[in-house]
Amino acid sequence: MSLSTEDVKRIAHLARIEISDAEAEATLQKLTGILDLIEQMQAVDTTGIEPMSHAQDVTQRLRDDVVTATNRRDEFQRIAPAVENGLYLVPKVIE
Amino acid sequence: MINSSLKQLGAMLASKQVSSVELTQAFLDRIARHNPEINAYITVDPERSLAQAAAADERIARGEAGPLTGIPIAQKDIFVAKGWRTTCGSRMLENFIGPYDAGVIERFDAAGAVNLGKTNMDEFAMGSSNETSYFGGVGNPWDRTRVPGGSSGGSAAAVAARLCAAATGTDTGGSIRQPASLCGLSGLKPTYGLVSRYGMIAFASSLDQAGPMARSCEDMALMMNVMVGFDERDSTSLQREPEDYTRDLGKYAGSDRPLAGLRIGLPREFFADGLNDAVARVVQEAVEQYRKLGADIVEISLPNTRLSIPVYYVLAPAEASSNLSRYDGVRYGYRTPEYTDLMDMYCKTRAEGFGDEVKRRILIGTYVLSAGYYDAYYLQAQKIRRLIARDFSQAFSQCDVIMGPTAPGAAFRAGEKKDDPVSMYLEDLYTIAVNLAGLPGMSIPAGFVDVEGKQLPVGLQVIGNYFDEARMLGIGHAYQQVTDWHTRMPEGI
Repeated sequence: MSLSTEDVKRIAHLARIEISDAEAEATLQKLTGILDLIEQMQAVDTTGIEPMSHAQDVTQRLRDDVVTATNRRDEFQRIAPAVENGLYLVPKVIE
Repeated sequence: MINSSLKQLGAMLASKQVSSVELTQAFLDRIARHNPEINAYITVDPERSLAQAAAADERIARGEAGPLTGIPIAQKDIFVAKGWRTTCGSRMLENFIGPYDAGVIERFDAAGAVNLGKTNMDEFAMGSSNETSYFGGVGNPWDRTRVPGGSSGGSAAAVAARLCAAATGTDTGGSIRQPASLCGLSGLKPTYGLVSRYGMIAFASSLDQAGPMARSCEDMALMMNVMVGFDERDSTSLQREPEDYTRDLGKYAGSDRPLAGLRIGLPREFFADGLNDAVARVVQEAVEQYRKLGADIVEISLPNTRLSIPVYYVLAPAEASSNLSRYDGVRYGYRTPEYTDLMDMYCKTRAEGFGDEVKRRILIGTYVLSAGYYDAYYLQAQKIRRLIARDFSQAFSQCDVIMGPTAPGAAFRAGEKKDDPVSMYLEDLYTIAVNLAGLPGMSIPAGFVDVEGKQLPVGLQVIGNYFDEARMLGIGHAYQQVTDWHTRMPEGI
């Protein structure tokens, strides 16, 4: 699997990371090295092997649907980049 | 005092030989003196630490002290702590003040321990040298021109330089054990699910696990007694009966061959290409010491561990790309000062807030999860992860614990691997498989190698079966009773 700088720019856009042409070029080389390393996996026969997503064989716990957390909006919004009247501010998205 | 064990410090505090305020101040003074050069701490807050120390002294006076009450512990800057700046080594969180306490912080607070400060680390715990930290690299106390390892490099350097009594770390692929090896201390990554991940800033959630970094197995056992416990706020926290992790420390005392009957497995794959010869000799000598203590040595095989690095560099970046999507410049953390619209704000915020290695891993993760590649990468990696875990369960039918090197070499020079991600990733050759399987693993000091005239520490890795931490600590303690590698101290501190 070989990537192009166009691929790198597309992936960076998916990840919402701005990248210049020069950065994409430099990143391409490093990513190619890492992908070559990953490629070793393709030689392994994993037919019939169940994927392992978790170290312990446990199921998701459920709890009663009751309120456990208190409202801490002020505390949490104090560390936000921009807030007004208890709302998070972002650039206008609807004309 | 700076060389006293946690148990000794506890006794000194109990007998009023020293107060927690005095002890905390002594460490703060050492930090003020040595941190400018070592850079082990990102944040110290003497006022907060001393207030905790004063409260601990009152608790001791009331006769309500626990084993760690009043003892200054350094916290890796990955644990959110209320009122403390919590950066995770990133520009993204440079000004983030914790609005709540992580589960680990709560448990140390409840034990009456003093939070001595937040230690330096690779950005979002992604690195093996501490060089990806936005707050600068960390000097290895044994040779300041070398790295301390990573990602818990600040915690390792702080313990080695006696800038704290003990510290916490986190380990996703070796981030407790490799720096413990490179800085000459003891570090334990517990079984996945034992220590709460609540408030521990997420990197790869199915692998991340916190643990102690200290100067001995005895110290680590006392810390485990505080750190381990169910937390309903962590969906993968395990509900188990509480254990006393000190219970095996005395088990092997008073015998010439205290470990008779113990079967130690040496994986032949851990002694093959890639391991530095001098490091191999140190590890072999440590195994020989275990043989003298009565253990039987058996050769085992972990054939799929060679695939652990490729598997890890699919799974960990995939999980990271998802976890780190929360840094969008809206609710907390860095926001770029200039932008034209929402998309531009996201993209610039993340381009400026994250460092190169973090961005690389987000890109890898985004790629392997993107449409059309999921089966070939992510699913295949999860299947091989099972094969790797099976290797261990087969091995544990032939032996009780597994031993081998922690890292392929001793501490390397700052800058040496910085621009070559793949060579940096190979630092975790022997540690990653343990995270993939979710097993406990620890590194204990096993000797030194001479590198260009400097004595650099080398660690022995001990891998146990699930929930075998108490036995591992007992086995490590037995070794530390007949060796003094763990008591050695770097010069000039």
